[in-house]
Parts: sequence; structure tokens; C-alpha cells
Amino acid sequence: MTIDINKIRKDFPILEELIHGKPLVYFDNAATTQKPRQVVDKLVEYYYKYNSNIHRGVHYLSNKSTDGNENARVIVQNFINAKHSHEVIFTSGATESVNLVANSFGNRFISEGDEVIVSELEHHSNIVPWQLICERKKAVLKVLPFNDHGELMIEKLDELITDRTKIVAVNHISNSLGTINPIRKIIEIAHAKNVRVLIDAAQSIQHKKIDVQDLDVDFLVFSGHKIYGPNGIGVLYGKEDLLNEMPPWKGGGEMISEVTFEKTTYNELPYKFEAGTPNYIDAIGLGAAIEYVENVGIENIDSYEQELLKYATQKLLSIDGLRIYGTAAEKTSVISFLVEGIHFYDMGMLLDQMGIAVRTGTHCTEPVMQHFGIDGTVRASFSFYNTKEEIDSLYNGILKVCKMFAVK
Amino acid sequence: MTINEIQEDIIEEFAGFEDWMDKYAYLIELGTDLSGLDEKYQTESNLIKGCQSKVWFNASLENGVVKLEADSDAIIVKGIAALLIRVFNNQTPEDIMNADLKFIDEIGLKQHLSPTRSNGLVSMVKQIKMYGIAFSHVSK
Repeated sequence: MTIDINKIRKDFPILEELIHGKPLVYFDNAATTQKPRQVVDKLVEYYYKYNSNIHRGVHYLSNKSTDGNENARVIVQNFINAKHSHEVIFTSGATESVNLVANSFGNRFISEGDEVIVSELEHHSNIVPWQLICERKKAVLKVLPFNDHGELMIEKLDELITDRTKIVAVNHISNSLGTINPIRKIIEIAHAKNVRVLIDAAQSIQHKKIDVQDLDVDFLVFSGHKIYGPNGIGVLYGKEDLLNEMPPWKGGGEMISEVTFEKTTYNELPYKFEAGTPNYIDAIGLGAAIEYVENVGIENIDSYEQELLKYATQKLLSIDGLRIYGTAAEKTSVISFLVEGIHFYDMGMLLDQMGIAVRTGTHCTEPVMQHFGIDGTVRASFSFYNTKEEIDSLYNGILKVCKMFAVK
Repeated sequence: MTINEIQEDIIEEFAGFEDWMDKYAYLIELGTDLSGLDEKYQTESNLIKGCQSKVWFNASLENGVVKLEADSDAIIVKGIAALLIRVFNNQTPEDIMNADLKFIDEIGLKQHLSPTRSNGLVSMVKQIKMYGIAFSHVSK
């Protein structure tokens, strides 16, 4: 099956906007994705018709909201094939999910002299929370390096893991280079030594079919806004037994069982980790987004985006002086590049004048930039609502910028 | 020329550009022509680090007027820095302190100076003003 691109584009009203008088070409999808009507309509419907705090009220609206929230949890459960819906914890995003695990798992399982392994390819969100807990616990943060193609040097993982290693936290797909990491292999290597694994799926959940049971992953995190859902909602998946062993991270309403000043006992999963009024309407929106993605078909999305990636890579490489950073054999639809003699900020600003939205800078992955000895890149990231014609616009735009710099 | 007269000049110059490409081509030209900062001034203390681009900036007081120099790794940022220097260079600390910076808005480059755009230019303007205040105390 192929993608009906015209029909899909009509679902995303923002794609019809004019920017500086030109049609928007939105190539900043790795930063955030646009929202289809189906998601926005769902949010509006719930705010207009059903809004009420969940799990607390006995009244009709509260039940309706509660059902919506729990139904969204089941949608996520099925989407990632979790064994239980209570293994799906709603958070504010992938960043909070990593922080939750770093703090709660870290509190329970990480002691002085223990080790945490991250990769050189990580987003700051999967580095800094671990640095914080390592500092607090006097533990050691170790780094799995990548080669000049942007591929993890997975052969080094085995020797990096010692009997003090407690967890390996790596991303599934690199946000700045697009590399798809061999997470199945990483999980196998770590599990062979009884080490837990957290996978940051912020950049893969919108591109790849993920089956947490098949992968046997311990924790998986992602953000709603990167899979066409609302901002401010995210997911932590964790294995039931592991989550049960972990202490609560944040205290407040909802997460308790009984409270006295002498001792408080905690609620069951997933509520133990969802302190305060949950972001139920955005959770419902995330459910709608996942349903939308499933209707289009994640495999269809992936194969169409691979086509865009291939087309764009060939096209961009034909430009004199253009270098692509991140040339892994397995990549998703992200192209990080620089044109010789042109600063990424200048390139980004001038492309913006042509209505083309790209990301510039370090992409919150300073160690990746340090590896290549650069200050940043221009990043174009494609989604299934993008077209080859838009890639042609990018190509022509870059040529135009090159020309402006050539005649200086 | 006063700060306001220079600003009026710049606004008039930019009014002559028909489209964005002419405007940015001019900024690229200005950025390329700005002599930049002597390497000895390209120090960590003169560096305003944005996550998008870097700006090096140096100010001194000579014979009662402020001397400004700047550099950037991004040419468009350097071009805008050149305009800021044109406006504020050789002015007295008091005039800098009291100046109303309006030309950036009027020539349609406001987006480069929004506080959330971390290209170093906002900090440069703030520092120019701070130097104005500091030097006005020195010169008294």
C-alpha cells in the first residue's frame, strides 16, 4: 500500500500556511511534528464536552474523562505491545520519563562506585539526568562511542559493561544524525550480563514499529508531540516487576494509597508514578494521534519516509561543497549538513526567508558536534506529509544561498 | 552624526531594497567587509556564546567616545553587528545610554534580535548599553 499524500496533507491545516509569502516547507519534524485535525478535534471535543478531573469524581463527566484517559493508556499499550496497560506511565515527555527512571531506579539500584552507560550519540535529555544521579550517588558515567559515520561502536559495549554496571541508556534513533541503532543487539548484550536497558524512542516511535515484549526492553520513553500528538504528554514504559520495585519519584495527589503524618503508603501502578492531576486531555490527544498513525500504517509511513530520505540524500549530495553528517547504513529521514564556507545560522535564516523551516545548531547533542569538530549543522527532517517537490524546494533554496555567498 | 541620524540613514538605505534577497545580500556584504576583531581580542571573556552563533565584542573609551569592535562566525550576524557598530561607534557613553534603538525593527530584522534567538546579538546590544552606563561613570 502506498500513501495518499494529497489526502494526508489535507489533514494537516498548517501545511497550507504561507511563510514570508511563500508556501511553508516544514522540515523540522525531528523537533516537533505537526498535528492532524483528528488530534486537534479530539482535544477540542474533550474540552468542550467532557472536561473534568479524573479518577476522583463520581459524576458523569469525571467518569467520561477517566475512561478517555485509561482508553488512551490502552491505545499506547497496544501500540508498543506492552503486556499490561499499567506498565504505561504518562509523563510530560521523554525528558521527564528519563528523569523519572534516573531518579527512581537510581535511588533504588545505583550506589557508590556503580556505573551507568550512555552513548556518545545521545540527546542531552538522556545524558544530564544520568549525570545528576551519578553525581548524587558517586557513581560513574561511561560512554559508548560512535564511528565517523555516526554508528555506535557496539563491539565495545561488551567490554564497557562490568559487574558494577546497572543500566545502559541509549537512543533508538539519533535526533541529530538520524542513525538507527541496533537496540535489539544492545539489549541482548546488556541482558547477558544482567544489566537493565532504557531505550529513548523519542525519534523512533513516529517511524518504526516498536514491540517492547519482543525487544524485551526494560524501559522505553517517548514524547507525544513527536508522533503527531499534543505537547506536554509523554510515555514511560517499564516492566511491571521493575516498576513495582522502584520507589515513587514525585509525591502528591493520586499517587497515594493512604496518608497519615506517620506514614504514607503508595498507590499501585501506574498511579504510583503519576502524582498530581494528570494531563488527561493531552493523553487522550496522544491516543488519537496513535490511532491516526495506525490508520495510515507505521510501515507505510516508514517506507515513504525512506523514499524521501533517499531522494533528498542524492539530491543534496550533488551540491558542491555540501557535506552530510551522519552517513550510517541504517538511517531515518534526518539529514544533517553543512555547506563549506556557509555558517549554519546563515543557511537557516536564508532558507527561512524562502518559507523553508529547518533546524540549525547543536540539536541538543553537543558531544555529537564535538566528535565532528563542528559548532552545529543544518538539519532537515522529513515526515510522511512531506513531498519530493518540497525536497526540490530545499535543494533550490540551498543553491540560491550558495549563490548569494559566491557573489559576495 | 547623532545616533538617531545614523539610524535614519540606515532605515532609508534599507527602504530601497525591493526584496529580502537584496536586503540579505547587503548584510552579507556588510558582514564580509567588517574587519572583525583582532585575534588578541577573540578571547573567552569577549565571547558572547549563543547556541546558534558566536559573537566577539570589544569596547573601549577613547577621548570621551566609545570605540566598538565585533566579530561573528555567522556572516548575517556579523552584518547586523556592523550596523550596530555604525550606529554606536564614536558616540559618547551618555548618548549610548539614552539611545532608543529603533532601526532593527524598522528594517525588518527584529527576528534576529528576539531574546529567544540565541545568536549573541541581543547580548551584544545589552553589553553596548552596559558599556555606555559604565563608561559614563568613568568619564565623569
